[in-house]
Amino acid sequence: MKKLINRPEDVVREALEGFAAAYGDRLTVHTEPAYVVRADAPVAGKVALVSGGGSGHEPMHGGFVGPGMLDAACPGEVFTSPTPDQMLAATQAVNGGAGVLHIVKNYTGDVMNFEMAAELARDEGITVEQVVIDDDVAVQDSLYTAGRRGVGATVLAEKICGAAAEQGRPLREVAELCRRVNAEGRSMGLALTSCTTPMAGKPTFDLGADEMELGIGIHGEPGRERRAVVTAREAVELLATPVLDDLPFEAGDAVLAFVNGMGGTPLMELYIVFNELQRLLGDRGVTVARNLVGSYITSLDMAGCSITLLHLDEELTALWDAPVNTPGLRWKA
Amino acid sequence: MSETVSHEAVTAWLRAFAATIAEHRQYLTELDAAIGDADHGVNMDRGMQAVLGRLDALAEGATGALLKAVGMTLVSTVGGAAGPLYGTLFLQMGKVAGEESPGKEAGGGSPQTRDTPEAAPGLTLRQWAGLVDAGVAGVQARGKAVVGDKTMVDALVPAAAALRAAAAAGLAVSEALSQAADAAERGMKATIPLVARKGRASYLGERSAGHQDPGATSAWLLMRTAAETLVTSEGPASETRPHPGA
Repeated sequence: MKKLINRPEDVVREALEGFAAAYGDRLTVHTEPAYVVRADAPVAGKVALVSGGGSGHEPMHGGFVGPGMLDAACPGEVFTSPTPDQMLAATQAVNGGAGVLHIVKNYTGDVMNFEMAAELARDEGITVEQVVIDDDVAVQDSLYTAGRRGVGATVLAEKICGAAAEQGRPLREVAELCRRVNAEGRSMGLALTSCTTPMAGKPTFDLGADEMELGIGIHGEPGRERRAVVTAREAVELLATPVLDDLPFEAGDAVLAFVNGMGGTPLMELYIVFNELQRLLGDRGVTVARNLVGSYITSLDMAGCSITLLHLDEELTALWDAPVNTPGLRWKA
Repeated sequence: MSETVSHEAVTAWLRAFAATIAEHRQYLTELDAAIGDADHGVNMDRGMQAVLGRLDALAEGATGALLKAVGMTLVSTVGGAAGPLYGTLFLQMGKVAGEESPGKEAGGGSPQTRDTPEAAPGLTLRQWAGLVDAGVAGVQARGKAVVGDKTMVDALVPAAAALRAAAAAGLAVSEALSQAADAAERGMKATIPLVARKGRASYLGERSAGHQDPGATSAWLLMRTAAETLVTSEGPASETRPHPGA
């Protein structure tokens, strides 16, 4: 394992300290328990957004804390859900009296920990709504799985709902909007390499030099199918086809196309992927009205990418375009 | 019945479980790497080390309060799915223990005197089986898993059933705990051919078959450790604690 770290057991704490050092002017980083809040929290009368998840997905979620997006984020250990005490502390810190929305990615641990946190927060008289994001089409949504995973649509939901909360919309409306983004967004990813968690010290799964894993999640969990590496054009077809067919996205639709890097893939390759995606969507009569290209929801040092498509209407487009000022995403601010 | 589960035995069990988890940290993580996300051993070890760090202070209280504090410690330190699940197991056990009067069967009509460790005669097998039952029911309510989903429930449910049956048959505590550990081991081994239906392993579909479930494995370690440490003969509480893993 080659990593720029000191000791594996200190990775999360030291990364958080570095994050605090870099962005301390606009974010407050708490330890014991660990959570990140925007410096002006709580914002009186505004619905507050809290998310969280295992570390190793940077910039998500801490990098999305700030005006126009999240009010707080709770980082867990690497690929491990944060705990209810962190979520409760974050919820208390950002509650401005208009209620708190928990945006939860659909993983067994995240869902259970956020459920316990919501029970604790409600006991303290805080109004909490939770929306679970489950946009990954690689997983069969059935009684026989933990359900679809929350991946790329999480970033889009946090941006769009953050803008709505900033407009002063009530909790029920912001939560409904979050459910709509989840319902209208779909994703799928592939890996060219596994990732290596600092504690394990070796790749989570073995992938041959000429192999790729299709349908991966964001924790180094193997995907659904292993096959020979293909060109960017063929790879985009393998990812986009199940995404398009699932909702479905059809000719005449306008979408936000999000090409996400898994952490170890150069931006240059992501541009090639986006170019192929735009071409493929054009052939299908689907218009790319907005796009996002870059590494926003990552899996440590995994090479690969994911594709997320979100149906856009006028309202969602306006909310996407609204100002945002976070370490990970910033425009018009 | 000549044996009970004393407060000292419960603390010895927790110490021994922490030692066993530390010893099996890499093994549990390797099992998890095959079908999950390679963190079960690391997470459980972090949680049990936190329990160990607080155990001397916590052991001053009653058994119910001790088990509840262990549950809250695990909830706030383990993370992942194992945190809420193991946390709930101990929280529910502690809740029932707090309601029990040591040495007296429920409904005995005697006043509910709270146990102080030095005066505690220990829990009867029937009472202990009730604690484990409540804990396992809590795990199932939180995680919504049933036997056959390839989770820790596959080891816990048979163990709880074995304890219940042993209590009904009037077996000695040591025999009951040994049967519960055996039942947990069979349940754990039975997860190997299963296709996972809960947790991260379920994303693998058929590819999850052929691997032993890491959660069922740590649950078996919990039950095996119980069989090794939980029995104390009835009588005045011993001042010496059994050595972990002894």
